[in-house]
Formats: sequence, structure tokens, C-alpha cells
Amino acid sequence: MNLKTKALKKSLWVYHMSGGSCNNCDIEILDCLTPKFDLERFGIVLVGSPRHADVLLCTGIVNKKCVERVKEVYEQTAKPCVVVAIGACACSGGMFRDSYEMGGPLNKIIPVDIYIPGCPPKPEAMIAGIVKVLEKLK
Amino acid sequence: MKNNKKTVIVPIGPYHPLLEEPEFFALYCDGEKIVDVEWQAGYNHRGIEKLSESKHWDQVTFLVERICGICSTSHPFAYCNTIENLIGMTIPERAKYIRSIIGELERIHSHLLWMGLAGHFLGYNTVFMWAWKYREPVLDLFEIISGNRNHYAMFKIGGVRRNIENEDIPKIRKMLAEIKGQLEMLIGAVLDDPVLTARLKNVGVLTKQDIKNFGSVGPVARASGVDVDVRRDEPYAAYPLVEWSVITAKNGDVLDKAVVRLSECLEAVKIITQCLDAIEGKAGEIGEEVRRVPEGEGIGRHEAPRGECFHYIRSDGANSPVRHKIRAPSYTNVPTFKASCIGQTISDVAIILAGVDPCYCCTERVAVYDAGKKKKLYDFQHLVELSKQKTERIRKEI
Repeated sequence: MNLKTKALKKSLWVYHMSGGSCNNCDIEILDCLTPKFDLERFGIVLVGSPRHADVLLCTGIVNKKCVERVKEVYEQTAKPCVVVAIGACACSGGMFRDSYEMGGPLNKIIPVDIYIPGCPPKPEAMIAGIVKVLEKLK
Repeated sequence: MKNNKKTVIVPIGPYHPLLEEPEFFALYCDGEKIVDVEWQAGYNHRGIEKLSESKHWDQVTFLVERICGICSTSHPFAYCNTIENLIGMTIPERAKYIRSIIGELERIHSHLLWMGLAGHFLGYNTVFMWAWKYREPVLDLFEIISGNRNHYAMFKIGGVRRNIENEDIPKIRKMLAEIKGQLEMLIGAVLDDPVLTARLKNVGVLTKQDIKNFGSVGPVARASGVDVDVRRDEPYAAYPLVEWSVITAKNGDVLDKAVVRLSECLEAVKIITQCLDAIEGKAGEIGEEVRRVPEGEGIGRHEAPRGECFHYIRSDGANSPVRHKIRAPSYTNVPTFKASCIGQTISDVAIILAGVDPCYCCTERVAVYDAGKKKKLYDFQHLVELSKQKTERIRKEI
């Protein structure tokens, strides 16, 4: 394990990015940070800038208008960076896969490390996903 | 507006950490004062109206549910109203009550969500954490009733898909009583707080005339004294069968919007309790089978947490809609920033923009591309920082 990965796995800072989602996964991500689930006890904090992020949480189908922005955000993150696709839309396109606005799914645009399916995935599923990220880094 | 030397442009979005959705606002400022605001949409457009034309009538219910995750009942509700209007049918009594229960539970969770975010924008993270903590039992209730926390999939043309079992009702009632107690506590704490009052009073005022000019709906209109509510004006589901009142306020500032929303939560509890009374211990059909949708046109409306949600459908008698038009409440509510933001200071903008409870994923039915422009747009954090500093200042003064 090199120094960068060792430093990364201590306290994960996440940046949340919505690429044309229905808002539900985004709300559930915020839910993870509120008292009932409280991800902060694992040292996981939502940050305001992709430059501070260790993990990118991406939701939504990534429509054509968002594609450039999503790439730009990914380029701004410090590497190594773990990309998590949250929800059916980000994983596969879900019921929007035939849409004319479809620019994704996410793995066509940026490399994705973890997929958390569900519409929306429950906060428990997201926490399980993030724990798997931690294991993967070890 | 033209950009002269004195005005400074403050870009917000499209990706910023606090609003969940990508959205772009440009504020034109002269010193601290806002001179003009520009709005750029399209980051959430998914082509749902077009997709709907390629899906079966029953599939469209689930498609429109995924227009918005916060008010995910409002679109199926309006859609089912539309189809039933097209066919000219009525649904069984029990289905009506169950529909209203789901609609009102959603209102509680949506308004609590807004209250939390509003507290967050003001630098009051206690309100944020409280409101979201008390929102959890509502989501648990949804899980008991429908099996999912969001996207309940309860609606179908002609009724509802799942029954609320009579054995579950005492449990639901008990949880509802707890939620009511917590709501009352939260409302008392929020509305009695001198800092919040000082921070929200006379901020982002929308007059009655503004509301009429923009055609705003829902809590935004009701906070300015415009008494509109689809549930009362054009009754559907179980709303004409239960006792409740429309909440209005006078001033139209952000404080009044908060008052209206929070009082509506209690009103929603009242409606749900009466609906539960009506269905408890009785048996009944929860849906009628619809074999065919005839040729024709239909409209349907539903008072979503954010206001009137409107659907229009044209059918040629085949398997799927020929045209499906959706108008979500934020479509008329969001442009009111032209009236409410201009002349205010930068530190108030975050809460004014949040004050209408904008829902962009509902609104975006049209996409406009502008591939040429590329800007660096990551400055909302700074704006929220300013907002927090102002709250801190007022807190010290009081």
C-alpha cells in the first residue's frame, strides 16, 4: 500500500454530485449524515469542493448537459479518488436508458469503482457500500 | 441585463454542496445589493414527457413517480386523476382515503425537509438536524405502508396498489401521535426563536400582485395571502370528505412561508387521522380494473407540497399517451426571484432562493443547450458563509 492510499482510508471526505437525478438518492445521501444514520462517526464528512474530496458520490442519469461538468468535476479531484455510482440511474440508466437526454450511464464517462443499486438505495445500503470502499482500500 | 463596470457577477452552481440539484444562478450585484438575477436550467432534464409516449399507461405511473424524489406521490396522483378524468370514472371509497393519507404524509416529510434545509442555509444546523431527525418516523411510516422509504409505488389507474391493512392502523396511529408531538415542539422552537424571526421577517417579500403576475401556487401564494388550494377548489380523493382548513398568511416574507408550511404539517396530521378513522375496521375494494383507455383528452391536478401539479394527456385509444404535458409547481414559483431578490443584500439570497422550496427536477421539461459557454462555477459555499455570518451578527445584537 502506498502512502497516498494509506492517507486516503483514514477519514473519507465525500463530494456529492447529481447528474440529472430525481433528487431521491441525493436526499438519502443527506439522510446518511443526519442523526439517525450519522455517517460522521466514521469520519465521513460532506465537503464543498471536489478538490477536497476522496470519494465522489454520483447520482442520476448524467444527462447530456451534465456530461462535460461531471468530467470537469472528476478532473478536479485529487487522485486516487473513489467514484461511487448511487442508484439505478447512475448504475445502468434505469428506466431512463432510452431517453434522448441520456448521456450516461456514469461508467461511460468516468471510471466507477463501486455500484450501489436501488431506487433509491436505503441509507443502510449506502453505508454498507462505503464500508466496502474502506475494505477495498486496504 | 448588460454587464456594466459597476456590477459584479456572482455565479451559483451548477454544482454546489448544499442544494441537491445542479442549477445555475447568476447574481448581478452592485456592492452588496442585487441588481438582477439570471437562471439557467436544464441540468436535470430527462425527457420524461417524450419517454411517457413510448410507455404503457400503467408504466407511466412509475415513470412520473421518478420525476421527483421529494414529492414522489404528487405526479402519480395528478396522473391518475388525469386518466380517471379522461375515462370519466370514480374510484372506490377506501382507495380515496388511502390516496389522501399518502399525499398528506408526503406533505409532512417534504415540509420538514424544507425547514431543515432553511435552517441549514441560515447557519442553524440544530434546526437542520432536528427537522431531519423528526422526518425519519414519517419515512418509517411509509416503509410500513408501502415497503419503501421513498418512491412508494402506491398508485395505479383506478385506485391504489396496496391496502393499508386494518391490523397496521393502531401502529400507524401511535406513530402519528408521536410525530404530532415532535412537530408541535419543533414548530414552537422555530417560531419562538428571536434570531430566526429577525433573520426571516421582511426578507424576500412577495406581494399579492407579484403572486398574480407570476402565477405562483402553493405555500408561496398562500403566504402572501392568496387563498388557492386545489384540494379545496377542485376536490378530489378524500379531501371533500374530511374536515380541514387552508392555511394562509399575510406578509409574504420567508417567515410567513415557514409559518404556512409548518402549520400545514399539523393540518396534514388532522387529515390523516380522519382518513384512518374512516377506513379502520372496514373492508372494501382498493381499486377498479381499467382494461382500456378510450380516445380523448384529460386533465388532472393535485396540490403537491409545493403547489398545484398539473397533468394533461391526450389519448388515441391505443396503449400509450399521444401527448403528455406536465407542469410542476416550481415552474411558476422559481421565477418569483425576479421580484423577491432584487434590492436585497447578497447574504439574504440563499434563504430567499430556498424560500420558495424550489424543485428543479420537477420543473425541467424543456432543455436548451449552450455548448459554447464554460465558466468556473463553484461559489455557493461563500454565499452560505455570508448568510451564516449575518445570522451570527443578529444573534449577537439580540
